[in-house]
Amino acid sequence: MLVRLTTFAIDGVDPRLVSVEIDIRPGLPTFTIVGLGDITVRESRDRVRAAILNSSFKFPDTRITANLAPASLRKAGPHFDLALALGVLAASNQVPAAALSGYAVFGELSLSGEVRDSPGALAVAEGARRAGLVRLIVPECRAREASLVDGLHVIPVTTLDAAVEILRGAPGPPLPARSQIRAAKPAAPDLSDVRGHSIPLLALQIAAAGGHNLLFEGAPGTGKTMLARRLPSILPAMNRREAVEVTRIHSIAGTAAGELVTQRPFRAPHHTISPSGLVGGGSPPRPGEATLAHHGVLFLDELSEFQRSSLEALRQPLEDGAVTVVRGQSAVVFPTGFMLVAATNPCPCGFAGVEDRCRCGEADLRRHRRRLSGPLLDRMDLLVGVQRPTEADLAAPPLCATDQARRRVAAARERQHRRLAGSSARCNGEMDTALVDRVVRLDGSAARLLARAYSSGALSARGRQRVIRVARTLADLEDSEPVRGDDVLTALSLRQRSPGEALAA
Amino acid sequence: MSRRACPRCLARSWLLARLAGHLDCERAKLEPLLALDDEDLIAAVGGRDRDRVAAELRQRRGETRPGEPGIESICRCEDQYPARLRALPAPPAVLHVAGGLDRLLAAAEADPVAVVGSRRASAYGLQVARSLAHGLASAGLTVISGMALGIDSAAHAGALEAGPITLAVLPGSPDRAYPREKRRLHGTIVEQGAVLSELAGQVAVRRWMFPARNRLIAGLAAMTVVVEAGERSGALVTARVAQELGRPVGAVPGRITSRHAAGPHGLLAAGAHLVRGPQDVLDALFGAGVRTVGPDSRPELSRVQRRLLAAIEDGSATPDALAQAGLDTDRGLAAMAELELGGYVRRGSGGRFEVVP
Repeated sequence: MLVRLTTFAIDGVDPRLVSVEIDIRPGLPTFTIVGLGDITVRESRDRVRAAILNSSFKFPDTRITANLAPASLRKAGPHFDLALALGVLAASNQVPAAALSGYAVFGELSLSGEVRDSPGALAVAEGARRAGLVRLIVPECRAREASLVDGLHVIPVTTLDAAVEILRGAPGPPLPARSQIRAAKPAAPDLSDVRGHSIPLLALQIAAAGGHNLLFEGAPGTGKTMLARRLPSILPAMNRREAVEVTRIHSIAGTAAGELVTQRPFRAPHHTISPSGLVGGGSPPRPGEATLAHHGVLFLDELSEFQRSSLEALRQPLEDGAVTVVRGQSAVVFPTGFMLVAATNPCPCGFAGVEDRCRCGEADLRRHRRRLSGPLLDRMDLLVGVQRPTEADLAAPPLCATDQARRRVAAARERQHRRLAGSSARCNGEMDTALVDRVVRLDGSAARLLARAYSSGALSARGRQRVIRVARTLADLEDSEPVRGDDVLTALSLRQRSPGEALAA
Repeated sequence: MSRRACPRCLARSWLLARLAGHLDCERAKLEPLLALDDEDLIAAVGGRDRDRVAAELRQRRGETRPGEPGIESICRCEDQYPARLRALPAPPAVLHVAGGLDRLLAAAEADPVAVVGSRRASAYGLQVARSLAHGLASAGLTVISGMALGIDSAAHAGALEAGPITLAVLPGSPDRAYPREKRRLHGTIVEQGAVLSELAGQVAVRRWMFPARNRLIAGLAAMTVVVEAGERSGALVTARVAQELGRPVGAVPGRITSRHAAGPHGLLAAGAHLVRGPQDVLDALFGAGVRTVGPDSRPELSRVQRRLLAAIEDGSATPDALAQAGLDTDRGLAAMAELELGGYVRRGSGGRFEVVP
């Protein structure tokens, strides 16, 4: 007898419909699974057999062939277990085969017949919705996550027995209550405990408001990392579509715990990370840090210590907002819409600019600068020096309230959305040259200052674009339509040094 | 006319390159060796190659070879050969020039000033070298230096900011940037000024060539100014040669605790001219007050800007300077950018601003 039921494979961060076909016919007792599965799929045979036997069902002593179609798609992971087990039970008439239609099934089995946590439930739910299915059986701990998809009846199960009961007509249990894990999670750090650092705080707000990439430069221990970690706290809240997208990615990567992710992600990979760890790779391709930071912040501490190849790999994802990873016959697209924040020491010893403590010569500085990938630096709109706060700063109250900063940022974003509606950019940091020329209005003094800075040689052509973008964001933060002279000046003092200036550094 | 050098002098230049390796072993007594004539030099350092080198030398003296493309040469038999160089105990037989020989000769006739110092320099030293050279070039003087990392390059860069011409004296061939990192600077100087050397052709740079080059810098310059130098810096060789030639030597003071300042302070203790800016150099060269640097062409400052500048001059880190001037962050950064555009401050590492003197 042949039965067919539906589940999904995860291809990158996208669901692909897989139909599980089970054929049972007389013959020597064997159980084969075909359809380009990896080793976990092959091991599924033993899990399915034990789970069925331990759940008061009979495992048919006949010839069983399971096919995962389409057979050309590589399938990885243990989450086909539940579908295979239910298929075997239906094909051996222990479950009414007709009941399987309209269901998508997803989950890993333990030998005892429990349905175990499987990452990627949200992606599967989205796939089920798209495929027109109405009911989805998932492990209980992933039910809330799967129920983020509207118009789909999500049925949480904890055991194979429970899943069979559902198919036999029992009512589905209610969704589990919100887990307690969330409440226990410490709140993300915000600006309330930052003392001093007036200029970096301004830069953080500009970066958050305009989506500008930011480079912190400062001696060791001055607070570069501390400041970068606080950027997500002032970023505008994610809308539902973004939040679902982030949840789907983190569910697949196994870094989210079955709930809607509402915090923008903050990823800070160590500098020994490989190119594929950063942008995604492996076989089957898994998302890298750049994708895990989608809609959030990717923070590269000690930028000059990263392998050059890793930083170079980041260029194209930074530019395009997505990266295509090709492995063997499959090509997978991962989204990479992150903000880049990087931190670096100003020189190899870290103390450049601190009176007489720096022992680096010009050659050392050159080497240090060369290690920072030029094209990557080119994407950095803001360069901010971070200095040790003074005694008085530490005693003073914090300079900036998180709520207030977040409101300013949100208002500035709102202005940008209105201005950039219908264009390819979502915020000032994403504007290209043509767009800048079209939508940015400079008032008289701003244009004069920019011309003066450019003709004095302090700005390159690209540097000029960066200054205009940042000045636009400053004006947005101040709720001004034309960009004013002061905005240009402030942007100028937050710009990167051009190569000619590096000499005196 | 790209070649104003006689075969005999060219053969001498070739000989130095040929014996470069031998000379490196004897660099402790370099100056007397360079003063020897060709045959004695071969006898002194030639070793086993002696006869072969002597034979090659004789052959070279007898023939006229085409020069290297892009290089002009002038030998000491020519009248236009820079007069100041003749004062050296061993003036170079030939000057090989990349860029403009005529520009070099014109600049050497005026009163060029050497600005030299160590390769490992502090931010202060680089800043001073740059603005000193800038000021000298604005006052119409040509700046000479060695295009090395650190002070030398900063001096060239400062001079190029103010005017087109600067002279670089290299240890090896003038058409090859040494050090390689200075390719861009080399290209600019070749285009706008002149790069010269005692040697030409495929010659590897060796250690004796640096003091030999330094004597050329001192020989060409009417005055030598040392900006920053450790106790054993090559810049002090330049200063010593200048002193021996009876030319004025100046030194820029630093902090007494800084190892970069040991060289200049030693010179000052020995009676060198105190150099606080371009005006001190002009006074030493032409007599007090005879020539003056032009008035400050930078824009007038507002009261707030003056306060801000004073705070930075006192060595405050940037945020403090803003606070002392009573500005909030936005307006403070804007004021800072205005000071930078006006040429009063320059951005250093780690977000600090340095005052441009």
